[in-house]
Amino acid sequence: MSAVLETHNHDHHGPAKGLMRWVFTTNHKDIGTLYLWFSFTMFLVGGCMAMVIRAELFQPGLQIVRPEFFNQMTTMHGLIMVFGAVMPAFVGLANWLVPMMIGAPDMALPRLNNLSFWILPFAFLLLLSTLFMEGGAPNFGWTFYAPLSTTYAPKTVTFFIFGVHIMGASSIMGAINIIATILNLRAPGMTLMKMPLFVWTWLITAYLLIAVMPVLAGVVTMMLMDIHFGTSFFSAAGGGDPVLFQHVFWFFGHPEVYIMILPAFGVVSQIIPTFSRKRLFGYTSMVYATASIAFLSFIVWAHHMFTVGMPLAGELFFMYATMLIAVPTGVKVFNWVTTMFRGSLSFETPMLFAVSFVVLFTIGGFSGLMLAIAPADFQYHDTYFVVAHFHYVLVPGAIFGIMGAVYYWLPKWCGNMYNETLGKVHFWLSFIGMNLAFFPMHFVGLAGMPRRIPDYALQFADFNRISSVGAFMFGATQLLFLYIVINTIRSGKPATAQVWEGTDGLEWTIPSPAPYHTFTTPPEVK
Amino acid sequence: MPNRTNNKVILRLIVAVFGMFGFGFALVPLYNVLCDVTGLNGKTAGQYEVTGTLEADQSRFITVQFTTSNNAEMPWEFHPKEAMIKVRPGEINEVFFVAKNPTEHRMKAQAVPSLSPSAAVEFFNKTECFCFTQQALEPGESIDMPLRFFVARDIPEKISKLTLSYTLFSLPEVAAN
Repeated sequence: MSAVLETHNHDHHGPAKGLMRWVFTTNHKDIGTLYLWFSFTMFLVGGCMAMVIRAELFQPGLQIVRPEFFNQMTTMHGLIMVFGAVMPAFVGLANWLVPMMIGAPDMALPRLNNLSFWILPFAFLLLLSTLFMEGGAPNFGWTFYAPLSTTYAPKTVTFFIFGVHIMGASSIMGAINIIATILNLRAPGMTLMKMPLFVWTWLITAYLLIAVMPVLAGVVTMMLMDIHFGTSFFSAAGGGDPVLFQHVFWFFGHPEVYIMILPAFGVVSQIIPTFSRKRLFGYTSMVYATASIAFLSFIVWAHHMFTVGMPLAGELFFMYATMLIAVPTGVKVFNWVTTMFRGSLSFETPMLFAVSFVVLFTIGGFSGLMLAIAPADFQYHDTYFVVAHFHYVLVPGAIFGIMGAVYYWLPKWCGNMYNETLGKVHFWLSFIGMNLAFFPMHFVGLAGMPRRIPDYALQFADFNRISSVGAFMFGATQLLFLYIVINTIRSGKPATAQVWEGTDGLEWTIPSPAPYHTFTTPPEVK
Repeated sequence: MPNRTNNKVILRLIVAVFGMFGFGFALVPLYNVLCDVTGLNGKTAGQYEVTGTLEADQSRFITVQFTTSNNAEMPWEFHPKEAMIKVRPGEINEVFFVAKNPTEHRMKAQAVPSLSPSAAVEFFNKTECFCFTQQALEPGESIDMPLRFFVARDIPEKISKLTLSYTLFSLPEVAAN
């Protein structure tokens, strides 16, 4: 804390020079940048794995990879996208934006911030190194159900367990930092109910992280003990129960899906008012809806396991509780649409991502409602319908939210405007590619194609081919995104401080690019 | 800067983190208690001590089916002597299961029971079961393993058929030899 105070005395203090700047930095903007680049790297790595999966599924039969390797690809793709791409991207956005939005000079715990980023690359090195080891990478699915991940796991599972421990520790430290920053470092006059919605959604997300990441650490620790120390948490032979694994895992896993979507809700709630040139409709109800979603996420976990043989009362409880989540989510969608209603809309790239977020996330929400119907879930369970559902909430949900945020705030971060034409091309290619890839999965899923298989029955061939073409299109388009971002940083046109016409918020009151130190004297918020 | 409030918030959050880590482990006994109380998962209880005398209900029969299965990579032969018997509620019955170790080495095994429908679990009492202990067999040896049980008289009328299934697991430390 005192280190930060000292830097206030000399305003010309800029970043250190050279590579060591990034290793030792405690600046929230530097760390935000590190998180975002790390996340993009992981996005490309996980994306390459998705390309392998789609290439194998391009036609029936086994062409490119062996089934064992295919299983490693589906597992690693899921783990890397969830823990390596989406979560660090949101932490990166929080690092950049939360202090600027609440008028704080930096995060509350800058050194912890450095640590929580720098342990992350090691977690993923551990995880990725298993690809080159004897026995291969984890192959039991990203949900790592016991006993597949214990009794029948490859030996490399221990690397996976320690990797999860490290990324869990990183997330927990990040969450503690964000909560401490939001609760303690707000500028005078910035009351809780005046905070931008992105800050609100992150505050709630951080509490979710604090509540469930330790449970994830607990469940992998139990696996570790079952594998190496002879306990029987999940082994029926020793008096344990494999179904217990699923309960503990999904107690973490369901709040986890909201951890990946709530910050995107926040991003969209910032972008839509700007390009509608209106205030956000129903700010207070947005805050309460987010909090209700977070609360409900703790009591719905068993809807992932309707088919394990729960009693009827359990099925009904989890079915109704799950459907209840549609109410606060509906409130949010209603508010976004009402914000746009009779606004003077313009469709710059961030707005395109935000509007498609609202439409496509709602499709994902509706397929989620279908899956919530316990009797119907017996048909959908473990089919491509589930794959279609969660890719519809994660790709146009979380990923489009992140991309929209990058286009929206990039001019503020680097001081240059991105190329609007290229941005729109990137959006439309992503939009078309993503829908081509994931929409047909609904149909093959309903027709009975199981997930996580390298080969399939002939009647699914056409839809799978369409999916693969769409996936290749979506994947290749992200290289354009990389080009646009680099091009903007290097040679974009200078941006104004306000950047967008209708912006509102403290981050737009500082110059573009944002100086290395901002709000060293707290702004007054009226 | 509000250092003191910072420390307070951080301390609370760290306590919450460790609390939730502990809660993850607390889910294990919670789950077992919940399963014992409700009979979910078909988990049957341990050894039942008969107190007083039992009187059979002569008015009806309950059909009890026995099924067995081997966990993956368990080479033993394992089957019930009778696949199905009819019993009267309140009457103690004895049935046998046969296990044979066809391998060349000594092995230990554990049978894990599961009863369906789970609503019947609390009415199914075992006074003796081979599943209470581990079984060790020499190469080629076979044994008849007893199960003594009775169905409680107050089992609901609508339940007329029970299925008791055993899954046989090899115990890894010994199997590794």
